[in-house]
Amino acid sequence: MYKTILLAVDGSENSLRATDEAVKIASLIPDCQIVVVFVADFSKSKNEILHAQGKEELEYARRKKMLPVEEKINSKNINYQLKILRGNPGPTIIEHADQEKADMVVIGSRGLNTLQEMVLGSVSHEVMKNANCPVLIVK
Amino acid sequence: MVEKIKREWFSNIRADILAGTVVALALIPEAIAFSIIAGVDPMVGLYASFCIVVIIAFVGGRPGMISAATGAMALVMAPLVREHGLDYLLVATVLTGIIQLLFGIFKVSRFMKFIPRAVMIGFVNALAILIFMAQVPHFIGISNMTYLFVAITLAIVYILPRFFKAIPAPLIAIVVLTSVALYANIDLRSVGDLGAITRSLPEFFIPNVPLTFETLAIVFPFSLALAIVGLLESLLTASIVDDMTDTESDKNREARGQGIANIVTGFFGGMAGCAMIGQSVINVKSGGRGRLSTLTAGALLMFLIIVLGNLVVQIPMPVLVGIMIMVSIGTFDWSSFTYLRKAPKADAIVMLVTVGIVVATNDLSKGVFAGVILSAIFFVAKISKLKVKEHHDNKHLIFKVDGQLFFASTEDFIASFDFSVENEDIIIDFSNARIWDDSAVGAVDKVVMKYREKNNRVTIKDLDTSSQKLLNELAVYNKG
Repeated sequence: MYKTILLAVDGSENSLRATDEAVKIASLIPDCQIVVVFVADFSKSKNEILHAQGKEELEYARRKKMLPVEEKINSKNINYQLKILRGNPGPTIIEHADQEKADMVVIGSRGLNTLQEMVLGSVSHEVMKNANCPVLIVK
Repeated sequence: MVEKIKREWFSNIRADILAGTVVALALIPEAIAFSIIAGVDPMVGLYASFCIVVIIAFVGGRPGMISAATGAMALVMAPLVREHGLDYLLVATVLTGIIQLLFGIFKVSRFMKFIPRAVMIGFVNALAILIFMAQVPHFIGISNMTYLFVAITLAIVYILPRFFKAIPAPLIAIVVLTSVALYANIDLRSVGDLGAITRSLPEFFIPNVPLTFETLAIVFPFSLALAIVGLLESLLTASIVDDMTDTESDKNREARGQGIANIVTGFFGGMAGCAMIGQSVINVKSGGRGRLSTLTAGALLMFLIIVLGNLVVQIPMPVLVGIMIMVSIGTFDWSSFTYLRKAPKADAIVMLVTVGIVVATNDLSKGVFAGVILSAIFFVAKISKLKVKEHHDNKHLIFKVDGQLFFASTEDFIASFDFSVENEDIIIDFSNARIWDDSAVGAVDKVVMKYREKNNRVTIKDLDTSSQKLLNELAVYNKG
């Protein structure tokens, strides 16, 4: 069964929905671990530093984004660890999934249309195409 | 020590060399364009970029950060070049370095935290606007061909990276469009029309200016502005690289390094520079982490300057304009519009004032000063708001003070008491307030005395320890 589930979150609504699904699966399996990964996007770094008064505030803001996710997992008493990584979200998530030997990646989708996807780029799509394990995309 | 050198230089060799190469290629168009903004020969910007990158590789405090000739510095120095010429710019560059070195030695970077984010957001927005405005004379109303080339350049730099990332798109735009313009013999203004290019290694020389007090008087204000603007952008960039790489950096060493780099650069005929946000992000994204990436960028840049020297004069201006428009779009903080709506009004005003003053005076340092002073005033105004609530219980008349009591709030404090009462038991409750200075103690004194004049009994209660101490030392009412 799934021993390690990698859950990629960004603090948005759809990443909370993804959390719900990851929790459902994990609660069915004894000693299943969820690795929650938040990627601080390289291309947002300038913007975030500019709008934060200092490093501590930025780190606090990032931790705050993970808080509702943590609560959801905690409420079902599932084993988990939190990781804040840095880089380009898609490749970083995939790389980390390999490193953790994840049995499955769970990720939310923003539900972009074709044009938006071309302009903005879809992280979930990228992860699905390039990951080396099953990927659950939550709409 | 050896351990540290090993880590900073040789822990990431392959990726550092690759990233440094990408940065060298990406630096060329910007160095040329920023020279034109400053009003100097493109070689001045290219030399400066080479010197600064190489020196910073050794003496900088933030491995992996890229420093070179920048738009912010070019904009500050442009009036000096226009009025007094290149030699004065070189003196100003050396002096800028000396000031920055002193800032580093005296650890001025810790004062950076007093610059509010509203001012920093205003700073980058103003920078973006000025870079864009500097392009306007080079493409508005010249010819239709000019507009077409600007448009094609923008198309290349924005669309090409979606399919091909190995070589920076601006460089591809330059090479392709310069060739097209040359072969098709299209009539466009070129870099060569703006200044001559000498192709040689930079050499040491003493700028040809009279070493008098008058020279210093001309140069010093520019140097000070350059030093401040340079450090501001460098330390902002360092924080961004810190965050991207999740590592720490030595901000004071960086300030000293920027100083040393500018001193040397000035003597080698280059213009003052500082860290570049855009290039540093490119470096980290391409995998650059160590000092080797910075050094590679510098070494390769010199090689390219010598090889490409002839080509540089042929580059059509509209192509550089297109690249600079991209740089200004990338520099502008587009989330500012949300910020204006969501941030506190005072912060939004500080941001707008910073931008407004920079655009009006063309001087980034003035905008920063105005922004810092204005936000300090707003801060004092906010913190000096003090409330005194009055209520009765069966025996006492109670005043509850809420806020900070110091020189700016004493007047409000005194005015909020009702001094008409007589023969009462009065309690002034300080549990939500704090006394900061002697004018605050004076105000408390005055209130107590006034009540006593009318036969009231006054008790002050719930002071915190430090307020109590101040009151014990300075107040008069309790000494009678």
